[in-house]
Amino acid sequence: MSKTKIIDKILDGLTYLGLILITLSVLLPLTWIVLSSMQVGNSLYSSSFLPNSLTLDHYKTLFTKTDFPIWYMNTLKIATLNMILGVIITTLTAYTFSRYKFKGRKQAMIGMLVLQMFPSFLAMTAIYILITKMGLMDTHAGLLIVYIAGQIPYNSWLVKGYFDGIPKSLDEAARVDGAGHLTIFLKIIMPITKPIVVFVALTNFIGPWFDFIFPKLLLRSADKKTLAVGIFEWISSRANDNFTQFAAASILIAVPIAVLFMYLQKHIVAGLSAGATKG
Amino acid sequence: MNRERRSMLLSCLFMGLGQLYNKYFLKGIVLFIIELLYLIKIPRIIKGIWGVVTLGETTQKMNGFQIIQGDHSIFLLIEGVVTIMMLFILLGLYIWNIKDAKRIGHEMDNGKSYMTTKQYLIKVYDQSFVSIMLTPATMGVLFFILLPILVTVLVAFTNYSAPDHIPPRNLVDWVGFKNFIDIFKLKIWSKTFFKIGSWTVVWAILSTLLNYSCGLIMALMMNRKNIKFKGFWRTIFILPYAVPAFISLLVFRLLFSGVGPVNNLIVSFGFDKIPFLTDPLLAKVSLILINTWLGAPYFMVLLSGSLTNISDSIYEAAEIDGASKWVQFWKITLPLLLFQTAPVLILTFAYNFNNFGAIYLLTGGKPTNSALRYAGETDILITWIFKLTSDQSQFHMAAVISIILFIFIASFSTYQFMKSKSFTEEDMM
Repeated sequence: MSKTKIIDKILDGLTYLGLILITLSVLLPLTWIVLSSMQVGNSLYSSSFLPNSLTLDHYKTLFTKTDFPIWYMNTLKIATLNMILGVIITTLTAYTFSRYKFKGRKQAMIGMLVLQMFPSFLAMTAIYILITKMGLMDTHAGLLIVYIAGQIPYNSWLVKGYFDGIPKSLDEAARVDGAGHLTIFLKIIMPITKPIVVFVALTNFIGPWFDFIFPKLLLRSADKKTLAVGIFEWISSRANDNFTQFAAASILIAVPIAVLFMYLQKHIVAGLSAGATKG
Repeated sequence: MNRERRSMLLSCLFMGLGQLYNKYFLKGIVLFIIELLYLIKIPRIIKGIWGVVTLGETTQKMNGFQIIQGDHSIFLLIEGVVTIMMLFILLGLYIWNIKDAKRIGHEMDNGKSYMTTKQYLIKVYDQSFVSIMLTPATMGVLFFILLPILVTVLVAFTNYSAPDHIPPRNLVDWVGFKNFIDIFKLKIWSKTFFKIGSWTVVWAILSTLLNYSCGLIMALMMNRKNIKFKGFWRTIFILPYAVPAFISLLVFRLLFSGVGPVNNLIVSFGFDKIPFLTDPLLAKVSLILINTWLGAPYFMVLLSGSLTNISDSIYEAAEIDGASKWVQFWKITLPLLLFQTAPVLILTFAYNFNNFGAIYLLTGGKPTNSALRYAGETDILITWIFKLTSDQSQFHMAAVISIILFIFIASFSTYQFMKSKSFTEEDMM
């Protein structure tokens, strides 16, 4: 064997070693939490990587004795509405900016660009007072308004960038054939822009599952909470007692989201890179 | 006097008169009613402006057991800002109203006949598509993004803070630039600000570099020709990206906690517990490493895409010139990748700079340090702001830091945007 071939073999071996090490570091924490969710007893202290016996009791408790199902439904409801309304408003805004010339368009776009750099939770005090004043404190509507409004500047820019890439001759041809504004938008533009719309829909759907700043700020009663807040409170207050319950809840949240993510992976990566290059 | 001049003057006098004079009834009446509504609301407008100027004058008093409500400075501030926004809208409408009357008058002077209401409605529908489409977004952005930002900026110039200036019990006052001076000059604030600020920068830079380089190593390993089961490795590596971050972060928090399984294992081997998340330095290292676990997969996916985009012919040419694999990597692969992914790197930096979740969920800013004002050793600016707002009610300083943070991020993003394709393209704007 030549020298380069030997080096190649060694590199291959090192690569496999690296791959296995990374695999372990990825799978160990995840396996631990899966096994913990089925561990007998409920304390963190006694937990080890391999429990002696397994049980599904914690899942049962989750649905019978905790607020978990309510939180799950709350989050699902908020996420779905956020997705639908967010996509409608964002795509309409982006389409208008991309296709229509009107007064103040340039100023509005620069304004949006500046605003999207300001993370909305930097203004949380003001949002808190505003929602209180509007009487929307401790309601899901208040939370939804904050979410939907907050995503407009960034997502509109993102989607507008995508719309700009679609030739205007398509619209014009349709207009000549007598199609109205909305028809062109729904029948011609939307189908071609599916990837970016899926991306916006997905980020809007997933956002409420992760966020806990605003739910913590704007929701008070136990039956209004979202999952992120509820689960975080289990861990931050009495981690030891709630540990296995937390583990079971984590599995029930993570599995559907992870599956959705894996399934739509391509769209996500495309959307993220589009956001990066389009600015 | 011609129609153009007359309609213009009439519209100056009262919104909509010029339009009515030219028989544009619908438009005229709508404009007329809008000005009427504003006129009726004059007392409220005056009160709004009074509120934002004085921030209230009557303090809450106790009369025996009865509380006599005083002015609520912060509500007054918000009402004031809304009033001013509404006045700006009126100003815009008023100017448009005059221009519109002038245009209509001009057209009629030149013999164009006016449209009937029905014709006008059809035209309005056609033209108003833009405004109908943009109304929800405009309202949302005005009231839930712009208004909160304006209020935050204004709060930075007040003394809105616990314990002495919390409405409705006390009034809040304007203090000018005092807070901005305090944060740089007042020892207790400046020390915390610079310490937290420099850790934030270190955290953002190291996180980004590690995320990128680990992602790159993973992508290169997957890209090697002889490696088998590529789909299998890829699926596993992408898992940390697919699992919701807040779940993984909480899992790591438990895994590395004092009573967690990692420390149990260490103790069972006869060693002392390692304070992964409670020793100042070790906690910072753990944070950065755990954040790499979460962030590297994204770069792996992104960079594998870019790697396959580099054409083989470049490598073949290098091969002929006798460049080794090592040289090829440093002179061809890395520069090309960096060039392609520079914007993403900057975005990741900005993201980590404000990565609230990673810090708050893993350590909550702990371990505590009494020398720092309302902050712990691992707090970054954004978690400090959160604590100042939600736990300590130091709204004035939270606002000041928010503004500084915003300027920093904004200058960063602006630089990136100026370089991006969309800005240089003529058609975009």
